[in-house]
Amino acid sequence: MLQRLTLSPARTDRLFRYLAIGSALLIPAVLAAFLIQLGWGSAPAWREFGTGFIIGTDWDPVSNHYGALPAIVGTLLTTALALLLAIPPAFVTALYLVDAPAGIGEVLSQALDLLAAIPSVIYGMWGLFVLVPLMQDHVQPFLSETLGLGQVVFFGTDGNGFGMLTSSLILALMILPYMSAVMRNVFKMTPGMLRESAYGIGCTRWETARDIVMRYGIRGLLGGIFIGLGRALGETMAVLFVIGNVVELPGSLYASGTTIAATLANNFAEADGIMRAVLFALGLLLLLMSLGVQIFAQYYLKMSGAGRGEK
Amino acid sequence: MTSIAADKRRGLFRRKLVDRIVRILSLLALAVAVASMIWILWTVVSRGARVIDWTFLTEPSKPWGAPDPGIANALLGTLLITLGAAVMGIPPALLGGIYLAEFGKGTRLGDAIRFSANVMMGMPSVVVGLFVYALVVVATGGFSGLAGSIALAILMFPVVLRTTEDMLLMVPDSLRESALALGTTRARAAVRIICRSARGGLVTGILLAIARVSGETAPLLFTALWSDGWPRNYFTGPTANLPVLITEYSTNSPFEEQHAAGWGAALIVTMMVLLLNIATRIIFKEKHHER
Repeated sequence: MLQRLTLSPARTDRLFRYLAIGSALLIPAVLAAFLIQLGWGSAPAWREFGTGFIIGTDWDPVSNHYGALPAIVGTLLTTALALLLAIPPAFVTALYLVDAPAGIGEVLSQALDLLAAIPSVIYGMWGLFVLVPLMQDHVQPFLSETLGLGQVVFFGTDGNGFGMLTSSLILALMILPYMSAVMRNVFKMTPGMLRESAYGIGCTRWETARDIVMRYGIRGLLGGIFIGLGRALGETMAVLFVIGNVVELPGSLYASGTTIAATLANNFAEADGIMRAVLFALGLLLLLMSLGVQIFAQYYLKMSGAGRGEK
Repeated sequence: MTSIAADKRRGLFRRKLVDRIVRILSLLALAVAVASMIWILWTVVSRGARVIDWTFLTEPSKPWGAPDPGIANALLGTLLITLGAAVMGIPPALLGGIYLAEFGKGTRLGDAIRFSANVMMGMPSVVVGLFVYALVVVATGGFSGLAGSIALAILMFPVVLRTTEDMLLMVPDSLRESALALGTTRARAAVRIICRSARGGLVTGILLAIARVSGETAPLLFTALWSDGWPRNYFTGPTANLPVLITEYSTNSPFEEQHAAGWGAALIVTMMVLLLNIATRIIFKEKHHER
């Protein structure tokens, strides 16, 4: 009886509501905690090296002098290359799957979703044991010698299979299904009336896609690209296995290098003192980059009303 | 006259040709994507299946050279860490999702939280690992399975929260209104009526989130680390787990046998993740056919 009195329905209702709000507020709280923790933890590094840390190229554990530029350049280069490789196929696969015959479309969409579900460490392992030897023995010689691309500036002539190009290939494969899924959603959202009107005046499928669907959903497409960009920026394991892990500015596409995420994973174990602060500073840079990318992605997707393509 | 017609015909021919080429390129792109998936899966299955036997699944991992090495400790550790993450991450995520769907719909706070959840879903898992490393590992002075669970819980949180919201919003408003008209409180209606009718969807969201984090490696590298022993000290010490075992064996070991064991572990992780994924798809589909 007493319990009934103290926990009246109105009170449980209020209690439940507070509990729910509290849980939901954990999200912004954790995001803020990320920033505070990494900002605070990296403070010694900023004090020591200043903003010059971002453009410094040294990585010398002996004299304790560190710069972030090789990792930043590696991250941006692999990400840009992966996007370049993945955007066109993501676009055309989405285009095909939206109009595909029901059965085939369903099966292929599911297959793409499963490709996205494979853990990144598996991609990494496959990259290390299958793709790296393949790149070394066949693909890189073919590209530079048979096709003569080795003469092109920055392309590289002799590779050992590891490095920027291999990492970008794996990243491209990993982000393709994500971008394709978002783009599929965007295409589906174009009003049927618009598309059918285009077909009605004699447009081909491609013309309808290019002039109607793409224009209509351009923000959603950008959102999808940003989702892929965000994943490529922060991907750790797949890159860690195949990038070669040397802290140097990459001199060519075949050069080994590192990314921010790979540097973090490689060095945290023996990290202490200033080194630890340096890693936190790198983590902070990565966090800020992905925050920016995600905010753009959400903004564009919200504008277009498409979801993240995840279900 | 005829020349104009010829021009038009050539125009149409070119347009159709372009259309055909794009179509072939789409099919080609799909074929490459699907073939890569099959290639990866085939590599994992063919190299992994060779080493999996009873001892492999029941013996703990051992330093190189010791007889009968297995991966049982890592398997158990992965289950423990994932379970811990689910226990910590799912309840607040469900509550938060209920808030967004039932109380915070259309409010500014709700929008802000939804936005942060979407942003957080795209956070690199390595940053989450680094955060928990700073927060738990550095603070408590050591790696632990618990720290790994916390990292995975943070990764699961926004995913479960958003799917919960989506699933609850799919429940028709008439149900909500009927419950309220009968005099139930909002809380009771949310839990007993709305969550119950969206049960299938909620389970799907949870399973998908579990599938997603059970293959995560980067955050565990910073938190649970790795050990050759059984996961006895989940709360205080490094705890064996499959993803880090795969990483250790394939990048830090020169021995063929450990590479092979890595493939065996990779096969088990992949099977776990894919089966969870496929199971969720089937559950979700059946749920939709019922309606």
